[in-house]
Amino acid sequence: MEAMKETVEESLSEMRDTFASGRTRSLKWRKRQIAAIYEMVKDNEDKLCSVLFQDLGKHSTEAFRDEIGHVLRSATVAINCLDKWAVPKKSNLPLLFFPAKGKVISEPYGTVLVLSSWNFPISLSLDPLIGAIAAGNTVLLKSSELSPNASAFLAKTIPAYLDNKAIKVIEGGPDVATILLQHQWDKIFFTGSPKIGRIIMAAAAQHLTPVTLELGGKCPTIVDYPTISKNIKSVVKRITGGKWGSCSGQACISVDYVLIEKSFASTLIDMLKPLIRSFFGENPKESGCLSRIVSKQHVQRLSRLLNDPRVQASIVYGGSIDEDNLYVEPTILLDPPLDSEIMNEEIFGPILPIITVRDIQDSIGIIKSKAKPLAIYAFTNDENLKTRILSETSSGSVTFNDVMIQYMCDALPFGGVGESGIGRYHGKYSFDCFSHEKAIMEGSLAMDLEARYPPWNSFKLSFIRLAFSEAYFKLLFLMLGLKRSK
Amino acid sequence: MAATAKKVFGAAEASDLVNELRRSFDDGVTRGYDWRITQLKKLLVICDNHEHDIVEALRDDLGKPELESSVFEVALLRNSCKLALKQLKNWMAPDKAKTSLTTFPASAEIVSEPLGVVLVISAWNYPFLLSIDPVIGAISAGNAVVLKPSELAPASSALLAKLLEQYLDPSAVRVVEGNVNETTLLLDQKWDKIFYTGSSKIGRVIMTAAAKHLTPVVLELGGKSPVVVDSNTDLKVTVRRIIAGKWGCNNGQACVSPDYILTTKEFAPKLLDAMKHELETFYGKKPMDSKDMSRIVNSNHFDRLSKLLEEKEVSDKIVYGGDKDRENLKIAPTILLDVPLDSLIMSEEIFGPLLPIITLNNLEESFDVIHSRPKPLAAYLFTHNQKLKERFAMKVSAGGIVVNDIAVHLALHTLPFGGVGESGMGAYHGKFSFDAFSHKKAVLYRSLFGDAPVRYPPYSRGKLRLLKALVDSNIFNIFKVLLGLS
Repeated sequence: MEAMKETVEESLSEMRDTFASGRTRSLKWRKRQIAAIYEMVKDNEDKLCSVLFQDLGKHSTEAFRDEIGHVLRSATVAINCLDKWAVPKKSNLPLLFFPAKGKVISEPYGTVLVLSSWNFPISLSLDPLIGAIAAGNTVLLKSSELSPNASAFLAKTIPAYLDNKAIKVIEGGPDVATILLQHQWDKIFFTGSPKIGRIIMAAAAQHLTPVTLELGGKCPTIVDYPTISKNIKSVVKRITGGKWGSCSGQACISVDYVLIEKSFASTLIDMLKPLIRSFFGENPKESGCLSRIVSKQHVQRLSRLLNDPRVQASIVYGGSIDEDNLYVEPTILLDPPLDSEIMNEEIFGPILPIITVRDIQDSIGIIKSKAKPLAIYAFTNDENLKTRILSETSSGSVTFNDVMIQYMCDALPFGGVGESGIGRYHGKYSFDCFSHEKAIMEGSLAMDLEARYPPWNSFKLSFIRLAFSEAYFKLLFLMLGLKRSK
Repeated sequence: MAATAKKVFGAAEASDLVNELRRSFDDGVTRGYDWRITQLKKLLVICDNHEHDIVEALRDDLGKPELESSVFEVALLRNSCKLALKQLKNWMAPDKAKTSLTTFPASAEIVSEPLGVVLVISAWNYPFLLSIDPVIGAISAGNAVVLKPSELAPASSALLAKLLEQYLDPSAVRVVEGNVNETTLLLDQKWDKIFYTGSSKIGRVIMTAAAKHLTPVVLELGGKSPVVVDSNTDLKVTVRRIIAGKWGCNNGQACVSPDYILTTKEFAPKLLDAMKHELETFYGKKPMDSKDMSRIVNSNHFDRLSKLLEEKEVSDKIVYGGDKDRENLKIAPTILLDVPLDSLIMSEEIFGPLLPIITLNNLEESFDVIHSRPKPLAAYLFTHNQKLKERFAMKVSAGGIVVNDIAVHLALHTLPFGGVGESGMGAYHGKFSFDAFSHKKAVLYRSLFGDAPVRYPPYSRGKLRLLKALVDSNIFNIFKVLLGLS
């Protein structure tokens, strides 16, 4: 550990020197680095698919869609838009301050720490990295030890492509993270669980380090059957794809559970079952299209969730577990008890509870009784229900009539609220996430008003009062002696 | 009800208070435009009808001159209310966001929603401004809010409690008076946002407490705001603005107070002479008798400031002032010349009427002096030199930069007001206040038509190619793939 401590300190020192040198302030440098990330990913697509398959059993299409493609796009957007993003924003100042000028410039925080996660180890590492670099910071990335092949790839390949006095990678688990958190960073970006998010924020508080915490939650999916029954096939496809098609439910924005009126539940289940078979074959374990569970620990965790006898009794599809092969079968539950563990913690796996309600409007009460999630999904054409969902629930985001796809819309901020997180990123929000918005005001030495200075008297008081309320005419009268000072 | 015995405020009361406000929030009391407007109008009435009471309370607590109270507290608040009243509809309206080809067909917007129940902890130096301005933000954004004013300004605290209770909706806006005990009890509760104005030391305590509940925070802290004075400037205007900004703003007890001056050895004598001359113009030959300066807030701070002056190698550097009167809590405007850079007075935020002038061989050295200290809330520069202005704005990291003036950026609602590093995180004023207390929820509306099978398993090479084309958002590539030409 001593060696690790030294490594961290040396890295920090080098990154700080690099930042102080001003090299990262140049937009050209930033674009070159981001272009290098693009090249790195493009040059190594096959290798990336391979490490993602090794770590998570991800199919190459899934790997491309969710990680490789996402990073390529993110890099492209950053390179194309950086000049625009970096332009200072002019502020209009009130007439009183004429001819003063105001503007806000985005300044890099300095040396930042990105703590990534194991479920999308490439995109959750490189996407924040792109943001940090775009904003002009030096950055240390700690990849997750639970995705060791992806982590090793990043540790080996990033130094070959990027400026390694400014951008560094460190591998390791909680012990490395602990060492990192003992040091002062100018910003910390963390993706992971709310439990660890608290630890990160408490550590950051010791140094007054601002944080962005991308956490999780139970993302509910409301299915308002009657209003979307004409398109039920699409709905079921999207839910199935959204639950099992992306890292087998191990995503922060996965469909966690479904809410549907009791009378339609069996219709939904009867459509889900054949669709799962059509997506993943009769034996999903062999399909190659279903990701694995990341570790034995997580298989055991999911197993425990299912072991509750009341939950066992609610299994209507699937339920089998193969710990050695890190496999949990796509599983559907019908009405597990609302107080069971599986209905009170983020599932993060291929188990889908379907919760029935008497009236679809009741879904809102159930959602509100839980912590604010990262996303809420609702399949409905009822405008009233949409309005109620928007105004009565709170979540990082709301997507109507689809799932997961808000992640790809880089004009939308991606982030949580409450237990699901603090801060946001994607697109320009990534740039802003890693920038300090510095206000600059420039006054004029030429025009000076006596009324600004002591000794005070009633004239000066009246003057300033009127100036503040921007009552310019009254001010003029006061100065011309046509108005008495109070 | 007679204000004789203060009600006990213990853990149970703190918990009940938050629960009550949460019920009000959940019932929707604070969400509507009308409620927010009504509360803001009442705050405006407080400013209009109780200015005299506020001036009196500030005179009791701080010996603040009437003009400072009227202008820097009441007038600023009045403007803040009026701006919110005028702009609220705009602020509350959703922002449309662009969608891309990958998510077509879709429409997206960003909706501002209140965070819920928020805590505002205020400071003693501008007790009305720093209490009500954040409360204006909290209410505009639709939150329920608890205000904890500083006990170090007891008359202001009592008046705030009385006025807010009298005018605002008690089911959603409350004041808790008290000291560190009450603050600690409040910090144990779960809030949806905490807004704190005060010292960096307590800022850490606040953020640590907030981390337990993943509560986002705005911390408006302080620091040593440097003033760099170039010989190429209008000396008289420069000196008047520095004096008014230092001693004319709560006698140096302000977070953006000019803390120390940096200038060249050559220019220092001229600067010092001009300062002495203007100080006499402003405050007379016996500044201790002037009614145009606040006093020191209490004996603790008086002793703290005395200690700064008494340090060896500092006490002999006093070149102007230095008189002290502990009974009346007065310290004369005091200027020191070239105290050691490692003295106490150059290491901690002065927050009082002492102004060190540090002389350098050339102005370039000022960047190193500033850089070697924690990032301040404000940094000031007086010069005609355009290049120097640009370099200063780029190189100096601070909450805000003001050129050729002092502190006025506080009054500008179009500039975000906040710190960086040790001087804080987050910002407010104007719309930034509304944003500080809002969650910006991303909303994506998708259609159930137009489903791309490329999204779903079983995955194939063809699907992968199409996905790649979609990610590029290159319409030609997409057509090529669809037509089987790629």
